[in-house]
Amino acid sequence: MFLIHCPYCGEREQSEFKAGGEAHIVRPKQPTELSDDQWAEYLFMRKNIKGVQFERWVHTHGCRKWFNMVRDTSNDEIKAIYKMGEKPPTKY
Amino acid sequence: MKNKYSIISLIKNSFSYHENWQKAWGDPDPKKEYEIIIIGGGGHGLATAYYLAKKHNIKNIAVIEKGWIGGGNTGRNTTIIRSNYLWDASAGLYDHALKIWEKLSQELNYNVMFSQRGVMNLAHNLQDVRDLKRRTHANRLNGIDAVYLNTEQVKKFCPIINTSPDIRYPVLGGTLQRRAGTARHDAVAWGYARGADEMGVDIIQNCEVKGIKRSGNSVEGVETTKGFIKTKKIGVVAAGHSSVIANMAGLKLPLESKPLQALVSEPVKPIIDTVVMSNAVHAYVSQSDKGELVIGAGTDDYVSYSQKGSHEIVEGTLNAILELYPIFSRMRMLRQWGGIVDICPDASPIISKTPIKGLYFNCGWGTGGFKATPGSGDLFAHTIANDEPHKLNVAFNLNRFVSGDLVDEHGAAAVAH
Repeated sequence: MFLIHCPYCGEREQSEFKAGGEAHIVRPKQPTELSDDQWAEYLFMRKNIKGVQFERWVHTHGCRKWFNMVRDTSNDEIKAIYKMGEKPPTKY
Repeated sequence: MKNKYSIISLIKNSFSYHENWQKAWGDPDPKKEYEIIIIGGGGHGLATAYYLAKKHNIKNIAVIEKGWIGGGNTGRNTTIIRSNYLWDASAGLYDHALKIWEKLSQELNYNVMFSQRGVMNLAHNLQDVRDLKRRTHANRLNGIDAVYLNTEQVKKFCPIINTSPDIRYPVLGGTLQRRAGTARHDAVAWGYARGADEMGVDIIQNCEVKGIKRSGNSVEGVETTKGFIKTKKIGVVAAGHSSVIANMAGLKLPLESKPLQALVSEPVKPIIDTVVMSNAVHAYVSQSDKGELVIGAGTDDYVSYSQKGSHEIVEGTLNAILELYPIFSRMRMLRQWGGIVDICPDASPIISKTPIKGLYFNCGWGTGGFKATPGSGDLFAHTIANDEPHKLNVAFNLNRFVSGDLVDEHGAAAVAH
């Protein structure tokens, strides 16, 4: 359990949030032209990094807004939080 | 040659105060080259090495383990064994394992304390009832024993369950697989390690894999903390760390690693002589031979390798346990821990070749890998030795995420994943 600083509501308990998996997976622009391999890559393949990972979270039991998080998955330390549409930080 | 464990050896060793028991497995330094290297010395990895040596007559094998054998998820699960899966492919896989479990102690000359005390799955709403009945029929068509129980029969089978109709999630019925049960998890790793060691397999502990060397599209060896080891075939059985090893080889897997928690209570006198699982409220409970209640909780929804989970997951599980078993309300919990489970999008495992020649993966067991240990080892050994899957693990290939031929056991396997 950890505390998460929602960019809209401030610091709340993690139980108010839901994790949405890896961030910055780009939705295919031309879905009809995708091969099966490309679909598999988009839908299923994940980096699943041990270490610093970029991911999406949603404040389910709060403002219900999505945002991005940079988190070290080896010790659950949150490095940075930024809103959807913002550029991911390069330093954290 | 290992000395056989028996009543005679027990008496003999008692004269020397049990100080001269033969070592069950050695502590060798890695050789320069092996025919096959297994990464991961848990139950599945050791079983793979055992069956490679025993059934495929390959003796030049190393099992590389970064910690100590059986120290990962093999020693962290709730030891439940069952095969009541819905789909044919899963039923084949898990029942293959269950059939090996039934003879495993004799085969290994090692008591894995396999106890067929039955596993009961509860239904709490009308949809659960329909799903469980459907699964019972599917199981029986696949030759797997399964019976559907009504509320009274559930109460009779496990009298401490609260079957009152006015609780939040009333018990409307359940299924029972009598051949299912539990086993001693550590003993499985130790038994396979002893058996594999006897046939010449090198079990190398405290040796972490740092890289996988490739030349073109085939593997050449592994970089480890004990130096480079050459090999043409690598079997990866690294559970939660499968993606980490895959990344070293430049491969991406459809996995997410998440914490799964379990806890045990203080030991008490025998009170529950079976395993009861509830899908809807996510509470599993059984009692160990020491008398502790062994309770399985759920997974967190975020990726983590921290071997810790969130408190509210445990809290939710205990809420459900207390409603189903009010008798446990004053029991204290002794220990709680987490393991990192690698979950596939369809909640079914991968036992497969990969696009890289000589690299094989056995992963994605998610929250339910322990029960499959012997079958998984047997089928993975077959896959590595023949460079082709066995008919029982054809469906569990890596390519199913491209073809779309998923084995969708999400929620269908009698537990919610």
